[in-house]
Amino acid sequence: MFMKEEAAVRLADIAVKGRSPWADARARFARNKGAMVGLFVLSLICLFAAFGSHLTEFTYDYVDFGLMGEAAEKGAPSWSSGHYFGTDDGGRDFFARVVQASQISLAAGLIGSAVAVIIGTLYGAISGFVGGRTDQVMMRIVDILLSVPFMFVIILLLVMFGRSIWMLFLGIGMFSWLDMSRIVRGQTLSLKRREFIEAAHATGVSSGRIILRHIVPNLMGVVVVYASLLVPIMIMTESFISFLGLGVQAPLTSWGALLSEGASQMRYGTLWLLLFPLGFFVTTMFCMSFIGDGLRDALDPKDR
Amino acid sequence: MSAPLLQVEDLHVSFDIRREGDMPWTKPLKLHAVNGVSFTLNPGETLGIVGESGCGKSTLARALIQLVPAAGKVVWQDGTNLLGLSPHEMLKYRREVQMVFQDPLASLNPRMTVGQIIAEPLTTHHPGLSKDEVKARVQAMMEKVGLLANQINRYPHEFSGGQCQRIGIARALIVEPKLLICDEPVSALDVSIQAQVINLLMKLQRELGLAMIFIAHDLSVVKHISDRVMVLYLGRAMEIAGSADLYGKPDHPYTQALLSSVPIPDPAAERAKVTIPLDGDLPSPLAPPSGCVFRTRCLRAAPRCAADVPPLLGGNHQVACHFPGPLMAQAVPAA
Ligand code: SF4
Repeated sequence: MFMKEEAAVRLADIAVKGRSPWADARARFARNKGAMVGLFVLSLICLFAAFGSHLTEFTYDYVDFGLMGEAAEKGAPSWSSGHYFGTDDGGRDFFARVVQASQISLAAGLIGSAVAVIIGTLYGAISGFVGGRTDQVMMRIVDILLSVPFMFVIILLLVMFGRSIWMLFLGIGMFSWLDMSRIVRGQTLSLKRREFIEAAHATGVSSGRIILRHIVPNLMGVVVVYASLLVPIMIMTESFISFLGLGVQAPLTSWGALLSEGASQMRYGTLWLLLFPLGFFVTTMFCMSFIGDGLRDALDPKDR
Repeated sequence: MSAPLLQVEDLHVSFDIRREGDMPWTKPLKLHAVNGVSFTLNPGETLGIVGESGCGKSTLARALIQLVPAAGKVVWQDGTNLLGLSPHEMLKYRREVQMVFQDPLASLNPRMTVGQIIAEPLTTHHPGLSKDEVKARVQAMMEKVGLLANQINRYPHEFSGGQCQRIGIARALIVEPKLLICDEPVSALDVSIQAQVINLLMKLQRELGLAMIFIAHDLSVVKHISDRVMVLYLGRAMEIAGSADLYGKPDHPYTQALLSSVPIPDPAAERAKVTIPLDGDLPSPLAPPSGCVFRTRCLRAAPRCAADVPPLLGGNHQVACHFPGPLMAQAVPAA
């Protein structure tokens, strides 16, 4: 009885509030177990990156000289020493380093895809909306940039301007939006022919407002799905460059940089130096792909 | 009689068609979607525009409000030619002329609430209005078109087709236009709902003193709502006449053919009715027939029809045909 009343109250609520297409998508996403688990685990990793440094007394750049060079003998992970993840060859607490690496790697993923979303969406929407010659020129520019081997350019940038984390972010951001802008343009072209855009034109809504109020919100589904696929690519790119030894500089580090160190010291028996970053890296990749799948199912434009 | 609200003279719309595989320098084909259409519309009057799909009626409507570029003259009440105005100058007239679209759901942005959709023209043309004022006006409008005002925060996909069309009508009327262009507003709806929407439009027209251009692809829908009707074929006006005149004694063979295909509710009359076959397809607008565009399907076609374009002649009842006149039953071949 009580249940029924509650349901009735909720129904009345809905009648007034209205279900937005977003709310629908959210409900569909919440029903997808894999995606929800992925989201949960990823949140844990994010919390770990954000607050992990409070869990240990060591900072990522503190060097325990007593342990330096003796990682294999004395640096194994243990609760008693306070080095939960052990120490590395330089006598630094590995837990603190992994926390710090997670920050950089997640930031690379987020910043890279944020740049892609903002620049790519606006660029693609404008190109598709304006059409004609402007569209031609804008898309040829994208084609040209796409034909440049971007890894090469990033490496060149890092060599020329010195290795800095900002240069790395800039390099990644510079190329990440290209595919996004193409996808968005395609969507815009098909949106542009819809009657509600025509209706907005007919009442005299300005082009800028049509893009921001009518085009972009209807693009968001595609953009969100693509961005969720972009995050792991960005993390991967950053890791790859750091693995090559060109990314972040010590004492800062990232998953890729840690993996590189860990891999090079594998034969000394300090396997934890490889396995911890690897675990985080792989788990994040899995989570992101589950979330991406869930988002795609929830926001699939074909569904509507 | 006061000055006409809208005077359209010799309106032309043509599109460049590029075929697949054409070189960039080959001349594109010209598609004349609207070919020299003229008519006048008085304040408060309804003009029905009828024709088969592909005859250019939607293009004509879009040309009037500059959604497609057009040549000719579209003169507003105050003497301004709307064609050739800059987008900025046009803005003032966009408030006066609003449009209702064919597909009710597609013409509403799925990501906006009904309130936002209806308010958009209002905030575009009266940016100074306060939020409460906008909301009050939107709700008043919703009630006027038969929607519940408390549904203001709902989204289009939560409404039926007929309700969506009411939303479209509310959006068009909120800025109190003088002319409403309805582009097949009911052809996507169920028959039972068509009548409701048409009645609503007629009621609103009476209340607000609107002039209306009502486009449809079959004559029966237009009959009740129109004061005058224009029949279009391949971008040209075939016949323009008062509603009663056109339905009572059509003079153009095409109008007669269209009318003869409209079923009559009375079975006896239906049996006695002569059905004129409309043989063949609509010719391609890319290569319209010479002379009278209707000659390929006309029963009365004579050599002269291929040679000369029949001008649109007559006073209140205009016909574009070399051999106008009432239908003779014997002229119709036995089916
Ligand atoms: S002009 Fe000739 S072909 Fe055209 S409608 Fe009249 S009779 Fe038919």
